[in-house]
Amino acid sequence: MSKQERAAGHFSINESLLFEEGSPGRRAFDLSPLDVPLKQMGDLMDPELLRGEIDGMPELSEVDVIRHFTRLSTWNYHIDLGLYPLGSCTMKYNPKINERVARLEGFAFAHPYLPAQMIQGALEVQKTLEDCLAEISGMDAITLQPAAGAHGELTGILMVRAYHESRGNPRRSILIPDSAHGTNPASAAIAGYVVESVPSNKRGTIDIGALQKIVNHEVAAIMITNPNTLGIFESEIAEITELLHRQGALVYMDGANLNALMGMTRPGDFGIDVLHINLHKTFTTPHGGGGPGAGPVAVKKVLEPFLPYPVIESKTDGTYSFNYDRPHSIGRIKAYNGQFGMHVRALCYILANGAEGLKEVSEVAVLNANYIRSKLKSAYALAYDSASLHEVVFSDRLQARKDVHVWDIAKRLMDYGFHPPTVSFPLIVPGAIMIEPTESESRQELDAFVQAMLAIDTEAEQNPEIVKSAPHTTRVGRIDEAAAARKPILRWRAG
Amino acid sequence: MRYIPNSQADRQQMLAEIGVDSTEQLFAGIPEKLRLRRLLDLPKALSESELLEYFRKRASKNEIEPAAFIGAGIYRHYIPIVIDALISRSEFYTAYTPYQAEIAQGTLQAIFEFQTYIAQLTGMEVANASLYDGSTGLAEAILMAQRVTRKNKFLVARSVHPEYRAVVDTYAKNLGIQIELIGYAPDGRLNLEQLASKLDSNTAAVVVQSPNFFGTIERTHDVAEMAHKHDAMSITNVCEAISLGILKPAGEDQSEKRRADIVVGEAQSFGIPPSFGGPHVGFLATREKYVRQMPGRLVGMGKDFSGRRGFVLTLSTREQHIRREKATSNICTNQSLCALMATIYLAVVGPKGLREICEHNVFKTDYAVTQIRERTKFRVLFSAPRFNEFVIQNPLPLGEGRRAPSAPGEGFSSPGLPLWRFYPELGNARLLCVTEINSREQIDRMVQGLAS
Repeated sequence: MSKQERAAGHFSINESLLFEEGSPGRRAFDLSPLDVPLKQMGDLMDPELLRGEIDGMPELSEVDVIRHFTRLSTWNYHIDLGLYPLGSCTMKYNPKINERVARLEGFAFAHPYLPAQMIQGALEVQKTLEDCLAEISGMDAITLQPAAGAHGELTGILMVRAYHESRGNPRRSILIPDSAHGTNPASAAIAGYVVESVPSNKRGTIDIGALQKIVNHEVAAIMITNPNTLGIFESEIAEITELLHRQGALVYMDGANLNALMGMTRPGDFGIDVLHINLHKTFTTPHGGGGPGAGPVAVKKVLEPFLPYPVIESKTDGTYSFNYDRPHSIGRIKAYNGQFGMHVRALCYILANGAEGLKEVSEVAVLNANYIRSKLKSAYALAYDSASLHEVVFSDRLQARKDVHVWDIAKRLMDYGFHPPTVSFPLIVPGAIMIEPTESESRQELDAFVQAMLAIDTEAEQNPEIVKSAPHTTRVGRIDEAAAARKPILRWRAG
Repeated sequence: MRYIPNSQADRQQMLAEIGVDSTEQLFAGIPEKLRLRRLLDLPKALSESELLEYFRKRASKNEIEPAAFIGAGIYRHYIPIVIDALISRSEFYTAYTPYQAEIAQGTLQAIFEFQTYIAQLTGMEVANASLYDGSTGLAEAILMAQRVTRKNKFLVARSVHPEYRAVVDTYAKNLGIQIELIGYAPDGRLNLEQLASKLDSNTAAVVVQSPNFFGTIERTHDVAEMAHKHDAMSITNVCEAISLGILKPAGEDQSEKRRADIVVGEAQSFGIPPSFGGPHVGFLATREKYVRQMPGRLVGMGKDFSGRRGFVLTLSTREQHIRREKATSNICTNQSLCALMATIYLAVVGPKGLREICEHNVFKTDYAVTQIRERTKFRVLFSAPRFNEFVIQNPLPLGEGRRAPSAPGEGFSSPGLPLWRFYPELGNARLLCVTEINSREQIDRMVQGLAS
């Protein structure tokens, strides 16, 4: 499609692919002149090793590049624009100072292979973050190496395995509640475990009776999320951890929902042995349109020998160093030591808040979720009656009577200017609508969202078609996903 | 707290509307015996100006001198200003994963462009939306080859980045995967005789890195041909993505038998700062026929119901949120913002700029090698052609070489990375990296340091 052909709209609502733009001879880049002898490439290496032209790579000017990506950016919803009520995703405001400090040259250009005495600032930041996360979670030791939440899960379960192996039997299975994130069973499988599902009870929490029947000496661990993906605190968590521990099994916690707990209760105090923490959720590192995240893992003393190597040590003289001599370590889970840029941001957030600030975060996050719950529960069916912490899960049961389903409600919300909540998850709630407002939202923003949800409910009753064909105001309508998956087009090609 | 909009008055009003007296009541679901009844023991809260001061002080304790001549998987290249200007837009960096395609077309189209660039540069048919980094990317590639071939034996070059190999070991050990290492020949490249002797019909894949950890350029196409003779897959790992601008892509050859099946690697060199090891961005490219065995997110081009072009996450039935324990990987996220940085970088430098950057790297590296050979007692190991890294060996035994300075800013008398931890057989050897940002003057000063 040439620029002439798509004259129907301004470029900003109809921007081409990079590969359809530019023209030969345009440049957005210049190099300093070469200050060493110019040679023939063929004299330095066999011409067979060299490539020809890169087929289809466009030549663009700086203005072309700026305009292209600026235009694309305007098609995104983002947290600085408004509420992002995605349950379990904790889409909170990303403080601007985080970005500033992560870009300080001493951080951005530090190389992890320099001798320890030349990277003391970076090591101190990492060690301080470890100490803060250990205190917040009530755990004993931390690795910052995992790159994301799911990566942290794998790290944690590998440590569970190493622990059991050190005692002679890796055991066979990992128990996972049916309300869990899909990454939990996938991570357990890569660690070589069989996954067994644990049913939820009528209150939306783990059915401890059912659990008792399946816990035995071949269970390596249970992976729980607390508060769970329904936003409900597992009130019997102490009994659950005790039950597992009695059988020599460990308890893993998915820390995705830590935003509800800071300063209120600590996983380490209710019997958790290992948990991962999503810095991109609770600790405000930006989601970046889908990464980078960061998934530090916190463990109790018994698992400390199995942490990925290297670990950071602080010495008595106040300096820091990497210790590679870790004979029981599960090994490396990533090159270098984690998503350092994210560690700087997370520490900045923790230091901006302090203990009182973080407690306030959890209080207001829970208050905001309960405010939405109280305002919407007459129009939307609550999935479970139990008390909500930081998120609330409804179902589309009432709207479905008019053949308006969760996906329609989600798309219609876009016409009201909001990003939809998480939908169709957790899997145990048919037509789930999972709302997590976070502490970042004002009462006015929450009220506007509530008004939109109520208006959609009315539309479902009076004019269901407008909901079912939504969205009507976005740049593109619903993409035919089935067609896109049948014959996938995953790259641009010439012609 | 300045990041929380609702004031005490707002909160009181909301509590009244909910019908409870205090926020404390909202936490009644947590048993009292589990409640923390003290404040967390954390450093005291800092004001914004104090935060700036705190982090500036620590940042200044890190050495960032480019004359460290250190690479080894993390490279110092010039980063055009345009990249940070664009990724600092909230629309990109504060957006969520583009599950709701209608209001995430910006991210989706940019990732589709990333996938296209990676496919073009590697000579492959398709690439994914990115992975955490090169090291985990290589582990994912090996798991993918195990799924495709249903075989477990992997022959991995010892000249693959040692930390990448360590990550592979961690991922592989519970999945029945056996890793056998293939050594390097005296010229620094893969020992092809050793490879030939170990290749058999049980081999799932051969893994080689080019340029390899020593900076030498492998004959990846010969390796692919040997692997394919035994029905093994050929995986090429790339740590220094800039080299893709000048080296013949592993995925490209007249003969299909000589093309790699998977090209995987790290794209940090495309405009992403070293940042003490992360975040960077992994990529994985392959043949169309293997696409359903790929790990990670994929963006596809499609149409909305009125026929307008649009982009959407696709083939998600491979992924954990649908398949759970049967997924192709446990990976959930990609490194979207870093993939965007790489995409913008490639748009800025263009094909000509990328080629020129490669030439500067090769010529400056050649200059440094020549100077070291002519002016110092150090040996430059390995005779095969190199891109922007090389190994020097101190004639003095370990421990008697010169030491690194004790504080930032003192300058380097021992450039590069000592190799004793990874390759003890090389003795007192160091891996050096020279890129386009190193001036002749810096190189001369470094050589002088080695000579004295």
